[in-house]
Amino acid sequence: MIFIMKNSYSGRRITEKIFAVVFALLVWQAGAMLLNNSMLLVTPITMVRRLFSLCLESDFLSAVSFSFIRIVSGFLVALVIGSILAGIAGKIHLAEVVIWPFIVTIKSVPVASFIILCLIWLSSRSLSVFIAFLMVLPIIYTNMLQGIKSTDNNLLEMAELFNVNWLKKLKYIYLPQLKPYIISACSVSIGLSWKAGTAAEVIGIPEGSIGEKLYEAKVYFSSGDLLAWTFVIILASITFEKLFLFLLKYFFKGLERA
Amino acid sequence: MDIVVSKLSKSFGTNQVLVDFNITFPEQELTCLMGPSGCGKTTLLNILMGFILPDEGSVRGVPKLKSAVFQEDRLCESFNAISNIRLVCDRKVNTDKIISHLKKIGLKDSLDQPVSEFSGGMKRRVAIVRSILAKSDVLFLDEPFKGLDVETKKDAMQYLRDNMQGKTVIMVTHSIEEVKALNGRLITMSNSI
Repeated sequence: MIFIMKNSYSGRRITEKIFAVVFALLVWQAGAMLLNNSMLLVTPITMVRRLFSLCLESDFLSAVSFSFIRIVSGFLVALVIGSILAGIAGKIHLAEVVIWPFIVTIKSVPVASFIILCLIWLSSRSLSVFIAFLMVLPIIYTNMLQGIKSTDNNLLEMAELFNVNWLKKLKYIYLPQLKPYIISACSVSIGLSWKAGTAAEVIGIPEGSIGEKLYEAKVYFSSGDLLAWTFVIILASITFEKLFLFLLKYFFKGLERA
Repeated sequence: MDIVVSKLSKSFGTNQVLVDFNITFPEQELTCLMGPSGCGKTTLLNILMGFILPDEGSVRGVPKLKSAVFQEDRLCESFNAISNIRLVCDRKVNTDKIISHLKKIGLKDSLDQPVSEFSGGMKRRVAIVRSILAKSDVLFLDEPFKGLDVETKKDAMQYLRDNMQGKTVIMVTHSIEEVKALNGRLITMSNSI
């Protein structure tokens, strides 16, 4: 009975969401029809048509892979470095104090300032890697540090008493405790890395990137191109987020089964 | 080597738990500590285990290899019983040995399930087996049979009796039957110590 109720509840939620999406598309269509100016706003159908034609263009895949590789690299490097820094800060209070001003600065400085500053330091081709890294680092660091600090002290005492080595402590105590913190940090920061990474590309205009395509859409007043590329960015971001979180959860399941 | 506690004092704020407390725990013997709640039994165990420092006094002769059943089970909830025990054991203790010990204490089923799905009594028995299979010279037991029903408690006591030989054992308990069943030396603590 409960199973049937749950099924009907989730079915209702899906129906509600479909209805909301259809409604939003209708609002978009109505807005585009009212404006009646394809430079300002194209209809959803025009956008979809443009999306298909973009997919057939020779440089579509190379632009997507150019941005994908750089933004994902920035995210992954931030994940590794943020975790290591949080591990050190969780163990040594002095390290936490020393790292604190850097993290606060990265958090508060506007992304546009970083982009311009980085354009002076770096080539525009590696800009999105660094910007994605900077946007993700504080989120990963803060979440992981919070997770490490909230590790069950009783379990740590138990491990100390039984002389458990650090590798086993990591596997049996820290990682399961950090699981919700890692998942939440990654799910927030993946979307952010894509937003900041493409913003950096629009300003830096590296050749052959999605950012360059967005910039060209702006120059030629092509709202069709702009919306089609935006859709590609959203799709790439969501696909990577779902895939990464799936692999992360699979890793934790494997860890618990091992 | 005996564990010798001399002139031990410990207070938490204004609450003096242990005052000039002296005791010797003979090597390879079971000593049972009984007394009303708040008289300092668990505090004494925590000092012996090295979790808290005394305000005054000294503790000598605590072996390096220690093992314990804590008042709380202190198990890694997302892992199964075998993994929880493997965590504290060296490589000589294989899965077959762990399973045979779990069976001895009456845990035959659900061994591949995370302990978060276990009942309180099942978790307690996993904690007891863990304390036995970990390589140790001293075993601290803080109310090890808490939450076990009569039958399970009997099995657990039998299991402990069979497996704690050769170790110095210090057990905190509220039950005189447990002291008798395990044939331990009884020390009664009071709030006025």
